[in-house]
Amino acid sequence: MQGPPRGANSAPSQRQLADTRAPDEGDGVDTSPNVSDSIAKTTCYMCACRCGIDVHIKDGKIRYINGNKDHPVNRGVICGKGSSGIMQHYSPARLKKPLLRTGPRGSGEFREIEWEEAFSIATERLSTIRRTDPKKLAFFTGRDQSQSLTGWWASQFGTPNFAAHGGFCSVNMAAGGLYTIGGSFWEFGEPDWDNTKYFMLFGVAEDHDSNPIKIGLGKLKARGAKVVSINPCRTGYNAIADDWIGIRPGTDGLFVFALIHELLKAGRADLDYLLRYTNAHVLVIQEPGAADDGLFVRDNDGNPLAWDRVAKRPVSATDADARPALTGSYDVDGRRCVTVFQLIADRYLDESYAPDAVAERCGISAGTIRRIAAELAHVAFEQAIELPVAWTDWAGRRHETIKGRPVSMHAMRGISAHSNGFHTCRAIHLLQVLLGTVDVPGGFRFKPPYPRSAPPGPKPCGKDVRPMTPLGGMPLGFVCGPDDLLVDEAGTPLRIDKAYSWDSPLAAHGLMHTVIRNAWAGDPYPIDTLMMYMSNMAWNSSMNTVETMAMLTDHDEAGNYRIPFIIYSDAYYSETVPFADLVLPDTTYLERHDCISLLDRPISHGDGPGDAIRHPVVEPDRDVRPFQSVLIELGARLGLPGFVEEDGSAKYRDYADYIVNHERTPGIGPLAGWRGKDETSIGKGEVNPNQLQRYIDNGGFWHHDFTDDQRYYKMANRSYLDFAVQLGFIPKAEPIVFQLYSETMQRFRLAARGHGRVVPPQSERERVETYMDPLPFWYMPFEEAAVDLEKYPLHALTQRPMHMYHSWGSQNAWLRQITSQNRLFVHHRTAAGLGLADDDWVWIESINGKVKGQIKLVDGVNESTVWTWNAIGKRRGSWGLKDDAAESNRGFLLNHIIGDQTSADAQGKRYSNSDPVTGQAAWFDLRVRIVKCAAEEAGFTEPRFERFHQPPHFEPPPDMLTFGAGFRQARKAAQ
Amino acid sequence: MHPAFSVVFFTTATGAGYGLLALLGVLGPLGFIAPDFWTGFVGMGLALGLIAAGLLSSTGHLGRPERAWRAFSQWRSSWLSREGVASVATFIPSGLFGVGWIFLGRLDGWVAAAGVLANFGAIATVCMTGMIYASLKPIAQWHSPYTLPGYLIFSAMSGCVLLNAVLQGFALGSEILPAFSVLLTLLGWGWKLATWRHNDQLEIQTNANTATGLSGGTVRSLEWPHTEENYLLKEMGFRIARKHASKLRRIAQALAFGLPILLLLAAFALPWPFAAALSVLAAIAQFGGMLVERWLFFAEAKHTVMLYYGR
Amino acid sequence: MTCLPSPGGKKLGLVIDLDTCVGCQACVTACKEWNTGGHMAPLTDIDPYGGHVDGVWFNRVHSYEHITEMGGRTVNFPRSCLHCETPACVTVCPTGASYKRASDGIVLIDEDKCIGCKLCSWACPYGAREFDTDVGVMKKCTLCVDRIYNDNLAEGDRVPACVAACPTSARHFGDLGDPQSPVSQLVAERGGVDLMPELGYHPTNKYLPPRAHTQRAASVAAPALEPVRAEGGFLGWVDRMLSN
Repeated sequence: MQGPPRGANSAPSQRQLADTRAPDEGDGVDTSPNVSDSIAKTTCYMCACRCGIDVHIKDGKIRYINGNKDHPVNRGVICGKGSSGIMQHYSPARLKKPLLRTGPRGSGEFREIEWEEAFSIATERLSTIRRTDPKKLAFFTGRDQSQSLTGWWASQFGTPNFAAHGGFCSVNMAAGGLYTIGGSFWEFGEPDWDNTKYFMLFGVAEDHDSNPIKIGLGKLKARGAKVVSINPCRTGYNAIADDWIGIRPGTDGLFVFALIHELLKAGRADLDYLLRYTNAHVLVIQEPGAADDGLFVRDNDGNPLAWDRVAKRPVSATDADARPALTGSYDVDGRRCVTVFQLIADRYLDESYAPDAVAERCGISAGTIRRIAAELAHVAFEQAIELPVAWTDWAGRRHETIKGRPVSMHAMRGISAHSNGFHTCRAIHLLQVLLGTVDVPGGFRFKPPYPRSAPPGPKPCGKDVRPMTPLGGMPLGFVCGPDDLLVDEAGTPLRIDKAYSWDSPLAAHGLMHTVIRNAWAGDPYPIDTLMMYMSNMAWNSSMNTVETMAMLTDHDEAGNYRIPFIIYSDAYYSETVPFADLVLPDTTYLERHDCISLLDRPISHGDGPGDAIRHPVVEPDRDVRPFQSVLIELGARLGLPGFVEEDGSAKYRDYADYIVNHERTPGIGPLAGWRGKDETSIGKGEVNPNQLQRYIDNGGFWHHDFTDDQRYYKMANRSYLDFAVQLGFIPKAEPIVFQLYSETMQRFRLAARGHGRVVPPQSERERVETYMDPLPFWYMPFEEAAVDLEKYPLHALTQRPMHMYHSWGSQNAWLRQITSQNRLFVHHRTAAGLGLADDDWVWIESINGKVKGQIKLVDGVNESTVWTWNAIGKRRGSWGLKDDAAESNRGFLLNHIIGDQTSADAQGKRYSNSDPVTGQAAWFDLRVRIVKCAAEEAGFTEPRFERFHQPPHFEPPPDMLTFGAGFRQARKAAQ
Repeated sequence: MHPAFSVVFFTTATGAGYGLLALLGVLGPLGFIAPDFWTGFVGMGLALGLIAAGLLSSTGHLGRPERAWRAFSQWRSSWLSREGVASVATFIPSGLFGVGWIFLGRLDGWVAAAGVLANFGAIATVCMTGMIYASLKPIAQWHSPYTLPGYLIFSAMSGCVLLNAVLQGFALGSEILPAFSVLLTLLGWGWKLATWRHNDQLEIQTNANTATGLSGGTVRSLEWPHTEENYLLKEMGFRIARKHASKLRRIAQALAFGLPILLLLAAFALPWPFAAALSVLAAIAQFGGMLVERWLFFAEAKHTVMLYYGR
Repeated sequence: MTCLPSPGGKKLGLVIDLDTCVGCQACVTACKEWNTGGHMAPLTDIDPYGGHVDGVWFNRVHSYEHITEMGGRTVNFPRSCLHCETPACVTVCPTGASYKRASDGIVLIDEDKCIGCKLCSWACPYGAREFDTDVGVMKKCTLCVDRIYNDNLAEGDRVPACVAACPTSARHFGDLGDPQSPVSQLVAERGGVDLMPELGYHPTNKYLPPRAHTQRAASVAAPALEPVRAEGGFLGWVDRMLSN
């Protein structure tokens, strides 16, 4: 008999045959070839999903890669990218040796240098910066999974100018969640796929949680749960939704408020849940003009107060025995105050949020909005579920069962990439909380180390930048009020990207998308060296690409580059490499160590924490080094504290050594599993020199399963909270209170009214006052509000195809066959109105420029929206592609026409094209018109740019690939 | 379907060659043609030459022509295999027939028997060729009652016109052969027109709904599995504009049917050598026209796989 | 031998759930990856980095818009060999290279016999066969014949690569000749259909239609929301609820 089936695809209809002995067909087919000499279990890096993979090695080459069935992320499945890893690994675009620029920046003319020379150039440059003014190093990384190292390196160097690519990816989701419920959608939470009955998906084409979402959707489909998608485009996940709601971009917040309006009006809110887990009952001071107007009423110990409706007096809001009022206005010490919930009800019961009031703007009928609201209420309250598991809450109250409201939600890009995304994200969390569906059976679940307090600590460092001195902590963090901002006395930003300034106060991920412009403009100050890793800033990772490339190559009056020095590390010849002065070639993901750490972005899921490693599966055949090891060596050469021993010698041999031996705080290191001398500690424990081997032996990951009573209500579950303290996720076993009303934001508002020590400059006050609203609200996306809508009547969006999401797919011989030319998808009625036919070539014009592409008419898109597959268009000479590749001739990049700045305001100031709260790049705000191009202009894209020179010793790509033929020949020879 | 020249030429040339062979094989023994060396040499040479050239050309379509011999093995199921077997088998009686006629100068006895066998072989081979196409269900324009008779008619037609040209060339013209040539060409023309009419009005049961199993409504292709042309699109996705096709249909009719008929009628009225020259011209024009017709036979044929591509 | 074997008991094949497929291409590249080193290796790619890239694949995913009176729906549609019961691609083959296995119904090509005449690809209405111009022979899905019986793989891995990979569980594998098998029961339960049944090829693989067009369409029978009827409206209702 077989053992129990493992992995996600283990339904009876997906298993092997009952009898797997080969029948005697007599056709000479070898049905049992030997497929691998060895199997290495590591972690995929074809995107951000962090799946476990089994890499099969045969005759010293990678035979194939499949999903690890025991891995908590993908449970044996593998996506289109994961299976194409071989082609990424053997890509002709791989860099081979360190490069030093010889021609003009942007030309691609380099000479090869040895690593020693590369190190000495970098060390000399950076040590001068560190001795004089460390903030003149801006260090920004892209799809970096080692931010706990890279951020720490920046902090040891002493520069506050560090971030990864979250600023144009996900910070609205991260901040929106972390400031509200202490956790977030994105990759830090997940629907309870096994129990949910009603799943709402907002603005997701594909996500970091690529395979988990797909596995989850498969479960919902198998079980017959309802899937509702809110998305202007009916592709991918939205294609299989039972209900597709083709919303107009940027209006999701309005739609959600209308749902909240309907639910409140009908008395469909989980009052008990609100009282237990949120600040709905907390009293808010109502005294316009006062320095604490809008803040919570607190007792002498600083605890927020609520009104006990039985005792008729204020009580601590966290008093488990109190009977707090949810509504009403009260007098506390002579001051008028109201409950948070009263403010919520007052705002969202207003008729301006009624379905009829928002329907037209959302492009959704009022009837549909009412129906969805009714379905949500029905499933949440009439189909509630109970798991027969007893648990104890933070206050010691025992519950005999775990109750759940089986409505779950997930949201990402379509919410995130708008200038109103932070508030929209908060609106969705508000809706979830009102329905009582956060971290309950059937609802949305936190993945450890979340939830954390909302917002979590620590605060960003960088106020005090001094030569030869590390920062007091990590450069990125969470501000709790104006005092935590990184601005000087005049309100000028201290960071090059203006994160944590009045422009973007809650910029938890930094603003990578502003760095090149700010460094070019010397605003707020000039820098010396821009060091970047794995981010295609000269192409698809920037808005306003054309100007960005010009800024990278621009000179000052003296003829020097305005951004004096650029160091870039990448494994491949991307569009950004030619703009670097010094290129540090990275390895592929199969040639390196990595850790997917609880300090960063782990592989946890709702039922327990986990982390994972990568380890070299094959040796590099080129003179390349993993960037993290290079960074560690650079740190040692610079003598950065933390990277050297007291005698000045290097503290870590390489990244692998760091992963095992580094301790961020005593007992806590990059990996949580098999710590301690006896290798049995988890979370905290002494360094275990055998730790990596234990991970390798376990399939490349560590995972801990919660006990049944720890799995839900983690924000208030005593057993879970104790565990979280033990593992170092949270400092104290205190309940995490959902902040429906954000006092943090109100503090910024008060500053805008002139209260407090740190106040915004006069010119910023109205903006801060408007957008730092402590309750979520909706406003029109900035570009839509600024442009002439008659002239630019259409929204334009991009999404990455699932087979290329977060990957570098165009260099991949297999993936690019699926998509090597992107079309602009246009609703057929919209096209008919414009006199356009299928396959026409059109100019796509925005206030920022125009780009040319070919259209494809569709039915499944919001009629006021056009969209295309993102980052298919490539620049000639990059990614190892031939000059006639469709990517650089027929494919186009929409980024060319997305502005990186807003239109000038009344004072003539232009802000970054970003969310005013978090600084999230607002690349979904784009408005365009499309115009059929002249006959002679059809057939090729514009703008097109000069072809890059190829690095020395770059071989031209092959005319034919017969990968795998060798395995067959070897099998034949063996026979 | 992609009109590969190798296949277009193959079917056209072997069609004419087998038609000529079939006629020689019966008309010789029947005494219609005298066992003259040059007539036999040119007639049989032309017939076998066309057949051989066609078959050779068809191997140009093969990925592994050196293995072509394997194609004789599956005659029990495969029309292509049967065609191969029949074509090779036909070489035996036709070779004997040719030797008897050309070198022995006789068309009686075993030579006559060989001729009749060659005739049968030729007809059978053309039937096999026709059946290769007629048996393909995914291509409705071919999987039709018109295909097999079409191949036979066009073979007989072009064989007859060729034979007429040969005999006229040797000043052996009779009135019957040009008359038959004209009649067969008229028949071919009519058959082709009827075939086109049939194909243009085809109501094909197989559509994007049945191809995808999505019943009711319309099924429109949104995205292909690949953005550049693959084997399926290159081999089976050939498209020809309606305007272009109708122009080529007119050219095919003029060259294959109209012009040969006019030339043959003129040949009636004119003395040798003018009649001979016109007969040869008629045969050449018809061969050219048949190449165009055969090109269209492929180009206008739609394969069901293109339903998956929305074409 | 290209004559079809007499129908045996076993009909191995795939069942593809169009209700669940998100079009992620996982099955496509998993297939490519396994098979480019497998029984029919390699799956050659011509001009892999140029403007005329054209490779051999055994499995391709299309997407369609299905517009009915019930509205529009985007359908992702994987297409591969259906291992028909009466496959003309086998009977037209002149060399015996193309054959259907008597023991399990898998349609295979013996590359050593293939002359590359392409007729089988003409005879297949589904576009399941792709020609490898480099070696001049036809190639096609093997139903991972070198996986499903492979003693060198763990038992649980002995399924076609596409089925193992599929992240949404939209692909199923088994013996469709056995009415009691889980795949047969799935087909019966979900109303699985044949593609182009009118052509009479009797495909073994079945497709499960999207449920929006079947009885399984998910709906929530939710009564319309009514405003609370309490003194003081919603806020009054809240107070009343809390004092209960």
